[in-house]
Amino acid sequence: MELLVFKALLVLVVFLVSLGVAAYATYGERKIAAFLQDRVGPDRAGPFGLLQPIADGVKMFMKEEIIPSVSNKWLFILGPCIAMLTACMTGVVIPWGGELSIGESSFDLQIVDLNIGILYLLGVVSTGVYGIMIGGWASNNKYSLLGALRASGQMISYEIAMGLAIIGLVMTTGTLSLKEIVHLQDAGYANIVYQPIGFLIFFICAFAELNRAPFDMPECETELIGGYHTEYSSMKLGFYLFAEYINMFISSAVIATLYFGGYHFPFESMTGLEGNLLTLVQVLVFMGKVFFFMFFFMWVRWTIPRFRYDQLMHLGWKVLLPLALINIFATGIIMWLNGSLN
Amino acid sequence: MLTKRSKLVVKRKMSLTERLYLPAIFNGLKITFSHLFKRTATIKYPEQTRPVSPIYRGMHVLKRDEAGAERCTACGLCAVACPAEAITMVAEERKPEETHLYREEKYAATYEIDMLRCIFCGLCEEACPKEAIFLTDRLIPSTYDRDSYVFGKDILVESIEAPVDVTKRQTPEVLEFKKDKKHYHNRTFNDAIKKSGLSAHK
Repeated sequence: MELLVFKALLVLVVFLVSLGVAAYATYGERKIAAFLQDRVGPDRAGPFGLLQPIADGVKMFMKEEIIPSVSNKWLFILGPCIAMLTACMTGVVIPWGGELSIGESSFDLQIVDLNIGILYLLGVVSTGVYGIMIGGWASNNKYSLLGALRASGQMISYEIAMGLAIIGLVMTTGTLSLKEIVHLQDAGYANIVYQPIGFLIFFICAFAELNRAPFDMPECETELIGGYHTEYSSMKLGFYLFAEYINMFISSAVIATLYFGGYHFPFESMTGLEGNLLTLVQVLVFMGKVFFFMFFFMWVRWTIPRFRYDQLMHLGWKVLLPLALINIFATGIIMWLNGSLN
Repeated sequence: MLTKRSKLVVKRKMSLTERLYLPAIFNGLKITFSHLFKRTATIKYPEQTRPVSPIYRGMHVLKRDEAGAERCTACGLCAVACPAEAITMVAEERKPEETHLYREEKYAATYEIDMLRCIFCGLCEEACPKEAIFLTDRLIPSTYDRDSYVFGKDILVESIEAPVDVTKRQTPEVLEFKKDKKHYHNRTFNDAIKKSGLSAHK
């Protein structure tokens, strides 16, 4: 019972934190874009424009909601719902910190430690493409359909390379549970040391999965007028955009968990921290890692121009996929030579 | 081949590092990161304003003299000089009891400048023989309809309580220059008659 209440609270906290971080990621994106381009960025709403996300949210809610008469109404509404739902579902398996002790009992700061955590992540992420596909198709608009087709083609192509990149990681760690992966990294080195190529492939695929520049093919304002969400307005559009930022937050968390030691930090045992204080520091360290990767996503977006669609497919199928396969074989051979393959 | 700087373009095969693209991407990232710490050129307008020169050609002012009477005599030289034909006026004769209001015997009953037509060239200021119209460093406030851009005397004439300072435009050198009647635009109607040898009362 106690456990159930704690987990329910944790679900709520993770949900709210994801939403809050996503909201401020929009602000961060605009600020970072501005700084990288020698501009000021939003600074009118509140000090340093900190109330900008709230103003944006209010604006989204107040906008007129338009559902095209030729669209399939139910699917049109279902699209953003799926996008938002899958975005919020991925946070469940991520270990946010160590153990938190309240009174007599102590709890893990992870909503549920699935023994197939990585598979769950990949599964939920690949469900996300339905939101985009359904939304784009239901709009009954050429631009939306093309955007949705591009999105689904891109996401499915890059999921393969992504999954294969993770296989290398699963081989070295020997587990699919995210918590165990984090613990193993505390004992040894962070997984980036063992799987640099795998990390690179995973990272590139994460950009493609998030539909972010330089792989923002599904949206590309300049060609498709917004892509799959061309026909969307008001908060339904807000949901799509918001889901993207939640996905960015979660995938940063996944990258930090899988390859950068999760909530552990170097020389952790030497600091002499214990109990809840240690957990707090761990959570902060984890958030720091996550925010760094979010910054990196934004940084790349304002640096690299967009790929052409055939270049995208070339990179996905002819470069990343063979590279991921080579990575698996190389990992296997090295493990065999080490004698850790029994 | 005029400059000897032209280079022959050779399409060669890219090297492995170039085909990897990652070094190039990291270079790009380095460049954008350096921009994080660069100073922005932005002027946050309502709080900060761009410094303007004292002889900036902005919104016009119709000056009063030391006693507070309007200097404009509605001669129409500014309207004639105006290349954009932005100035219109209606002249009226001064009544005996209005001597404290208007400096000359004739005055502008209405004086309108269409700020959407005005090109702020300052020729009206140059043409004015009475030192009545000046351009200032004030900006034209923006509004929502075209009609409100036609500025009448209510806006253009300076108020007695808050006179508009134009001394920067009237340096001693400028005042001295205006006395030089060799230049056509410095001549008033009276000067022109004097020079032609005709009597003004003829």
